[in-house]
Amino acid sequence: MAVMEQTLQSPSAPTISPVERLLRISWIGPLAAAIVIWIFFAIVGGAGGFTTVAGTAGWLNTAAELGIIAIPIGLLMIAGEFDLSTGSVVGAAAITVALGTGFYGIPVAYTILMALSLGVVVGCFNAFLVSRTKLPSFIVTLASNFILAGTSLGVSRLISGSSNVSIKDAGWAEPLLSTKWYFFNISVLWYLLAILIAAWVMRQTRLGNWILATGGNQDAARRAGVPVNRVKLILFIWTAVSAAFVGIMSAVMYNQGNAAQGQGYVFQTAIAAVIGGVLLTGGFGSVIGIVLGTFIYGIVSLGLFYTGWPTDWLQTFIGSLLVVAVLTNNLIRQRALNRGKKTS
Amino acid sequence: MSVVPIISLDGVSRVFGNNRALDNVSFEVFPGEVHCLLGDNGAGKSTLIKILSGVEQPTRGTIRFNGEAVAFRSPRDAQTYGIGTVHQDVGTIPLISVSRNFFLGNELTRGWGPFRRLDHANANRIALEQIRAMGIRRVVDADQLVGTMSGGERQALAIARALYFGAKILILDEPTAALGVKESKIVIDLIKKARAEGIALVFITHNATHALTVGDRFTVLIQGRAASRFLRGEKTREEVLNLMAGGEQFEAATHGD
Repeated sequence: MAVMEQTLQSPSAPTISPVERLLRISWIGPLAAAIVIWIFFAIVGGAGGFTTVAGTAGWLNTAAELGIIAIPIGLLMIAGEFDLSTGSVVGAAAITVALGTGFYGIPVAYTILMALSLGVVVGCFNAFLVSRTKLPSFIVTLASNFILAGTSLGVSRLISGSSNVSIKDAGWAEPLLSTKWYFFNISVLWYLLAILIAAWVMRQTRLGNWILATGGNQDAARRAGVPVNRVKLILFIWTAVSAAFVGIMSAVMYNQGNAAQGQGYVFQTAIAAVIGGVLLTGGFGSVIGIVLGTFIYGIVSLGLFYTGWPTDWLQTFIGSLLVVAVLTNNLIRQRALNRGKKTS
Repeated sequence: MSVVPIISLDGVSRVFGNNRALDNVSFEVFPGEVHCLLGDNGAGKSTLIKILSGVEQPTRGTIRFNGEAVAFRSPRDAQTYGIGTVHQDVGTIPLISVSRNFFLGNELTRGWGPFRRLDHANANRIALEQIRAMGIRRVVDADQLVGTMSGGERQALAIARALYFGAKILILDEPTAALGVKESKIVIDLIKKARAEGIALVFITHNATHALTVGDRFTVLIQGRAASRFLRGEKTREEVLNLMAGGEQFEAATHGD
């Protein structure tokens, strides 16, 4: 061992420059972007109150609700798959709780359990179709998004005559899912929990290794003994259950469920993941990056309100940001990969 | 040189529909020897490797391990007999770290139950030790991405990995195909090193120079049949080139002139 240490320190071995170490951090780009964008809105929207506690809570709340779904979406993308069905799961979960508790008067614990089970079922369905048919998950989950969206709308109308059902009292779920502290929603705490779990999985578990490998080179991963289909099954369930959780939370928070709500999450979560440095083709990305991606999304969408500019331009802004983010991430990744080669 | 081959194929055939991919081929590998498998595209090299590594099962014939008939139902099965296969794409994943690649599917963990976690410190140390033991000195950080390594270094990583996890028989599928001269030399040196340690090697290549540099035993496949089997020094470079280029017909034609 002592000999080994010595050879490592030997002068013939090239050293790694601090710059390269920095570039090797996969979330360095999103971090820089988040800081720049925050400073931009602090200057332009500072007078409007962007930097106040209320302003900060505003974008953090947005980031949290987005992020609880964006994290598993990002991990799924790292594993090389998409899930476009999250929007419908949010709506279906919300309407399940609203119909169950608001319309039938079933105890909220059961309806929450039903909504979460719905997530498990959708996740299994997506994973099963993707593994069995070998169809791209883009198509499979796009289909399940439509199937589920139509079904929840139809069922809701059939039972209650409306797509919108109110909940009078969600009981114990209220403090757990809709508490506010100053301006901060409790969703921020749930987001923190989601981040910690995901970070633990990616850094400390075999599953984390397998997720990266599955997206990086599926055949090589399979040959190395990675249970590729099981990895995807876990991620599809994780994603759908997280989406169901957000649906449940919004039903309890707003005391109503709408079967058609949540479609915005389909693209917002993918955008946040990509802005956060997740590679669209899989194999690369980090939890911290995805979190920064959701922060950027939150800062931009809330920050615009504080500038006093017409908010019609929000999507233009987000779209441009997406292009810049993808180009920057590609550049940084290429540099990180080429750096080592040139010294040979 | 041992008398009994560590692994051998005994009159093996493999039929896909109407296509006879392998026709009554016998093939043996001895510890501390390099057996070069030569042949054109579609000659049956891939099928032979797949049978040796448990991906395909023979239609007829026997696989023997130390003389005893065995059956490989899956790649895992073959691995338990110490067969390590390094594929053309090397089986490495460019955007994850050297150490994560090294231990992929065999991750080191510590703790138990819900506290079971990856042992990064030991994994990094072992991965770096093993790769550097292969003579790759430029890799200094187990956290660096595999994508920063050259083609030859990635082959070294894959070979080091197979050997570390107990491979006694190493199948190298065209390891020098995509490499330059300098990089190829790294791989050839690795093959010599592994042979010196008593590993049995199967070396698939298109390159006669590489084959003649390290090969102890040669088999040339033509259209699924073992067209020629010979030992080191039994054939000249020209004869080997002839066999690889056109096989018997080519040879017959030249003799006919």
